[in-house]
Amino acid sequence: MSRFVERHPAWALISIIAIAIMLWLIFATWPPGLEQAVGRKRVFLNAVFNGITLGGLYFLVASGFTLIFGLMRNVNLAHGSLYLFGGYVGYAISASTGSWVLSFIAAFILTALVGVLLQVIVFRRMEGQDLRQTMVTIGLSIVFADLMLWACGGDFYQIQTPNWLIGPVELPLITAIKSSGEPVYLRYPSVRLVIFAASVVIGVAMWLALNRTRIGMIIRAGVDDRDILAATGVRIQLVFVLVFAFGAGLAGIAGVVGGTFQSLSPGEDIRFLLASLVVVIVGGMGSIPGAALGALIIGLAEQLGSVYIPTYAIVVTFLIMVLVLAIRPQGLLAGR
Amino acid sequence: MSKCSMGLLALSSLFLSGAAIAQEKIKVGVTATLEGTYTVLGEDGMRGHQTALNVLGKKIGDKELEFIVASTDATPDSAVRAVRKLIEQDKVQILLSPLSGDEGIAVKNFAKTHPELTFINAASGAQETTYVDPAPNFFRYNMDGAQWQVGLGKYAYEDKKYRKIATVGEDYSFIYTQVFGLVLEFCGMGGQVTNRQWVPLGTKDFASVIAALPDDVDAIYLGLGGADAVNFLNQYQQAGGKAHLMGGSIMIDQTILSSKGNAKNALIGTIAASGQADTWEDPGWQKFVKAYQDAFPPNKRFPSPSLLATNYYDSTMALILALRQVNGDLSNNQAKFKEALAKIELDAPNGKIKLDSNRQAIGTNFVTEVVDDGKGALFSKVVKVIPNVNQTLGYDPAVFSKIGLPSRTVPECKKY
Repeated sequence: MSRFVERHPAWALISIIAIAIMLWLIFATWPPGLEQAVGRKRVFLNAVFNGITLGGLYFLVASGFTLIFGLMRNVNLAHGSLYLFGGYVGYAISASTGSWVLSFIAAFILTALVGVLLQVIVFRRMEGQDLRQTMVTIGLSIVFADLMLWACGGDFYQIQTPNWLIGPVELPLITAIKSSGEPVYLRYPSVRLVIFAASVVIGVAMWLALNRTRIGMIIRAGVDDRDILAATGVRIQLVFVLVFAFGAGLAGIAGVVGGTFQSLSPGEDIRFLLASLVVVIVGGMGSIPGAALGALIIGLAEQLGSVYIPTYAIVVTFLIMVLVLAIRPQGLLAGR
Repeated sequence: MSKCSMGLLALSSLFLSGAAIAQEKIKVGVTATLEGTYTVLGEDGMRGHQTALNVLGKKIGDKELEFIVASTDATPDSAVRAVRKLIEQDKVQILLSPLSGDEGIAVKNFAKTHPELTFINAASGAQETTYVDPAPNFFRYNMDGAQWQVGLGKYAYEDKKYRKIATVGEDYSFIYTQVFGLVLEFCGMGGQVTNRQWVPLGTKDFASVIAALPDDVDAIYLGLGGADAVNFLNQYQQAGGKAHLMGGSIMIDQTILSSKGNAKNALIGTIAASGQADTWEDPGWQKFVKAYQDAFPPNKRFPSPSLLATNYYDSTMALILALRQVNGDLSNNQAKFKEALAKIELDAPNGKIKLDSNRQAIGTNFVTEVVDDGKGALFSKVVKVIPNVNQTLGYDPAVFSKIGLPSRTVPECKKY
């Protein structure tokens, strides 16, 4: 951090000012002039929170994607299918048992298994052949999409939110002051907060696992040079399978999350594949903090865009991607 | 999990049509939105189509109808692609297409490049399709979105005493047309529409849209359909929304009212208007509902047909009856058939339907209110039946043409 400030004092200043303005916008009571210019604070705060929670969901999908890419250089374009598959599994479990938590566990395990199969049957056979892998995964994603359409139909499914999470909670953030002087607090859907908290926990746990544990060390070494790592006697194929399973499992969990606060239907696989591609391109291929930053930026851009410039909201995310590719093609937080 | 009714339906209609080989066939291409946001609507449309075939049969004199189904996703290019495939590859002679508003405009324009064929609109309801530069070989037996809103503005203003409303709608032609009909009538009475929000078709995350809903209005009008509507309601419930709601024709419809989960309960008491009402006591309607229910097992259909099922039923009915009138004669660029289509008067389940000079339906409209049947199922209850609704909504055509075409901001909120 301090190195960044020393090397780019101007950028550091700009980002500090931007963060300060953002914090002021979130915590201060807006003066009437500002409310008139940009609309009510409640709308802004909601958009920011929605952006952050949506970013949480994008992070869950994209972190698995980027982890797999970072270690194995596999561009797994069937990642979106794993997301949708996890969602359908989660729906089936939650509809039959009524347990939301159980649906996460089942979705994680089953999608991880599919991930293992993918790695063992497909990727191991074509190691190092990027183009072939890309083509095969595109093909697989089409096959998976049709299989799921066959099994589950074109209907949209929604995973039932557990009762204790339905409805809003009041946050200690003032959105307005009533004429009586009584402050109005922000009311926000609790399920989204829980989901966001969960994705932060998963993100931090992943970061700790990668940076503080032995297996994390092996994975990081594999990212840097897997041939040397294999030469030191590490069973690299086993590591590959584990990482692939974990990345796929994360996509499965994300499917349950997406099915809870949005919905599951054919086409979602492509949407989330595209979202995670954009996220990792913005954040930097192979970097977990990059995925987190990219997800946050894309989530915020989508939500603020949909409120303040609804007509062009769809373009905003791609504009960001184009900008990043033009200025910093390796991604914002790419390691190398 | 195994709701693959659509694939089965499509397959079975193919098999059924493949059963009799010896006869001469009349090939009809059908499109429905079997992908994307409006999947459920397309599926139920096909059920309505199948119900019509069950009731009326597929024989036209000594010929037999053969149907070929193609899927679209509510985008205009997908519809044109499907129609083109049906014409060029499958060599269909008649088209029953399409389902959604933007698709309708595109298919109508495409119809002009094939003047020898006949296009019967399946369910699309954008005003422009038949109002602006209509194609002579394009026939629409359902009303447009604005006609389907007739009566709603008046009911909201007079009976519900709403004075200020805001609207949320999907950003495309059919919903523009619906809001057009609503605004024209509601503002004509003296009401105010303070805010119109437009969201892209296929929006998943409505949280910010919900947050931006104004507080100081009497009701919020929802012009959403399919997956979008369910997503909206789900997130509306999570956000603890409690405003009075008003609904568009595909919002208050069995596609939404019988969706899974309890988010739909927010709709109880919602007023809406549409080309049909679930609980109408007319014997023709009840007979149709019965035929629909008998045609499919309960878990493969809705408790009562959706607007899409009714539209597909009506358009299939027009197709078969007109073909029978001319005894399947499609010679001379289908001239006789087209003439019969233009003249035919349908005794449809949702009221009498005849066509105007633009080949656009004049029909019956229903103002409804959503009720709980006591067992957790929701239905739209008839409040008012309005017969003979034409495309200019009772306005003088000259005045009507001055209002402009439905768009995000047209019509203005004033009395025309």
